[in-house]
Amino acid sequence: MNNDPHIPIIELRDISKSFLGVQAVSHLSMRVMPGEVFCLLGENGAGKSTVIKMLTGVEHPTTGEVLVDGEVTHFTSPRHARERGIATVYQEVGTLPLMSVARNFTLAAEPTKGRGLFRRLDLDKASALAIAGLRELGINRITDGSKLVGTMSGGERQALAIARALHFGARLLVLDEPTAALGVRESASVLKLIHTVRSRGIAVVLITHNAYHAHSVGDAFLVLRRGEVLARFRKGEKSVGEVIELMAGGEELRSLLTEAETNLTSI
Amino acid sequence: MIGKDGISEALSPNMNPAVDARGATETGSAAALRRIILRPEIGGAISAVIVFAFFAMAAGSSGFLSLLGTAYWLDTASELGIIAIPVGMLMIAGEFDLSVGAMVGAASMIVAICTGYFGLHPLIGVGLAFAMAVVLGLVNGMIVTKTKLPSFIVTLSTMFMTTGAILGVSIALTGSSSISAVPTGLASFVFAYKWNEFHISLLHWSILAGVATWVLQSTRFGNWIYATGGNVDTARLAGVPTNRVKIILFVFSAIGAAFVGALQTYTFQNGSVTLGAQYVFSGIAACVIGGVLLTGGYGSLVGTAFGAMTYGIVSMGVFFLGWNADLTELFIGGLLLMAVMANNRLRRFAMGR
Repeated sequence: MNNDPHIPIIELRDISKSFLGVQAVSHLSMRVMPGEVFCLLGENGAGKSTVIKMLTGVEHPTTGEVLVDGEVTHFTSPRHARERGIATVYQEVGTLPLMSVARNFTLAAEPTKGRGLFRRLDLDKASALAIAGLRELGINRITDGSKLVGTMSGGERQALAIARALHFGARLLVLDEPTAALGVRESASVLKLIHTVRSRGIAVVLITHNAYHAHSVGDAFLVLRRGEVLARFRKGEKSVGEVIELMAGGEELRSLLTEAETNLTSI
Repeated sequence: MIGKDGISEALSPNMNPAVDARGATETGSAAALRRIILRPEIGGAISAVIVFAFFAMAAGSSGFLSLLGTAYWLDTASELGIIAIPVGMLMIAGEFDLSVGAMVGAASMIVAICTGYFGLHPLIGVGLAFAMAVVLGLVNGMIVTKTKLPSFIVTLSTMFMTTGAILGVSIALTGSSSISAVPTGLASFVFAYKWNEFHISLLHWSILAGVATWVLQSTRFGNWIYATGGNVDTARLAGVPTNRVKIILFVFSAIGAAFVGALQTYTFQNGSVTLGAQYVFSGIAACVIGGVLLTGGYGSLVGTAFGAMTYGIVSMGVFFLGWNADLTELFIGGLLLMAVMANNRLRRFAMGR
């Protein structure tokens, strides 16, 4: 594991992926540096999910290389990617609402006490771990690990899923549409969470439709359209308006809008 | 959402420190009350108490409250309870097992044919019954996890197949679907011992309930059971071996049924293919009355025990009243409906909506 801020945690080098002859992604290169929020933008079907599947070991590129910490790596499974510190945080299935915070946080790696037949859960320890993990992300309201996750807000649940990934050694978090189903206030708390995570040197790959959300937290941006890189820029190089235009397809959108306006004025 | 409905306060009473002493005690006791209401077994406890009170008043004078009456309903509850514990664990993990009823009859026939008809040692008969249970549980579990078909349909099929197969085998071997079997030696103690009318099944049930509750609440495997039923994708992505959890529980439920099959065979001194047919749904009913969610992920075995007691009280209460035994089903059906409705509200309440 490197902690060198100049070596990308993950790099895709001239990656192409086709499914049954259909090109989903072609000749894509990207690098995600430690402590960087990398925004992957594009409309539905642009190839964003294919890219994150290759970043997290769910799919393998047809051609091209995946490099972790500067070394060519062939992920055998999502678990393998996770062991290398690359974790996906799912919005819908990230947490279990009918289980407690402590049980959710430590699921599948529960701390235990006692030995042999009497080996049992150490819920006090699990609770302490969960509360500490949440506190590191600035969530101080949760003080009781036995609280049901279903009673927490959407933002807090995201925080719990992220805290869990970090606890298990994640250095790069893939957040797929983390604000999609959330209200304004909750979205803001998730964006704040991304800030907090970045300040701890963790890299984030953020997939979103929302140019405002991307613009407010992103360091590096990549706009995909039909599997190809449409644009790539750094923070401060483009305005929100320009980003929206790029995502929607620039010229195409403009002509569509002009058409709509002409139609409207002719009514 | 948070703070309006009191759930968060119920679960973290320290949330609002800005209350005076009197207010704090009130909030404290209200929070304690909510905590009790939110326990999954509360519905089962209430229904057990209500039906007990009802039959104590109605049938108390006709023997329901006597030592014999108590022993009778506890025995009914114990046998159902032994079935319902693994069935409940499986339901919490998000799957049904309808084949337990057929399994009881099949195990009963295996024990009776081996020991009653061929005169083999009970160890062989019971051992064979358990071996068949393990195989059937594995088959159920493998089919459900590999095909991802609803376990309701898969175990309904294996239920029919088990009953058909054991009927065919016993007719071919013995020419009958009912064989007498008298327990000998250790078997007569383990399966048929009685102490002042109290059947040994009560002891088996108590031990099983204690151990299973401990496993479910306090071990990693128990945590995995809840997670698997809560959301199988979440659990799998977190690293829980969800298929293994389900297969183990299917095997466990088949073994529970085989145990009751052996128990009933030696108690009645007779094995029959149709033994245990009532457990197809009464096991699930006991779990649901006891607060286990049909959709999985929530419930407790203490509740399941209360559900089994409810069933035992109602069936023996109806018997002591001298009513038609069919009325038991009427009562249980009504209780089940109420339990499902109460459970739904409870879950929404627990989720704070």
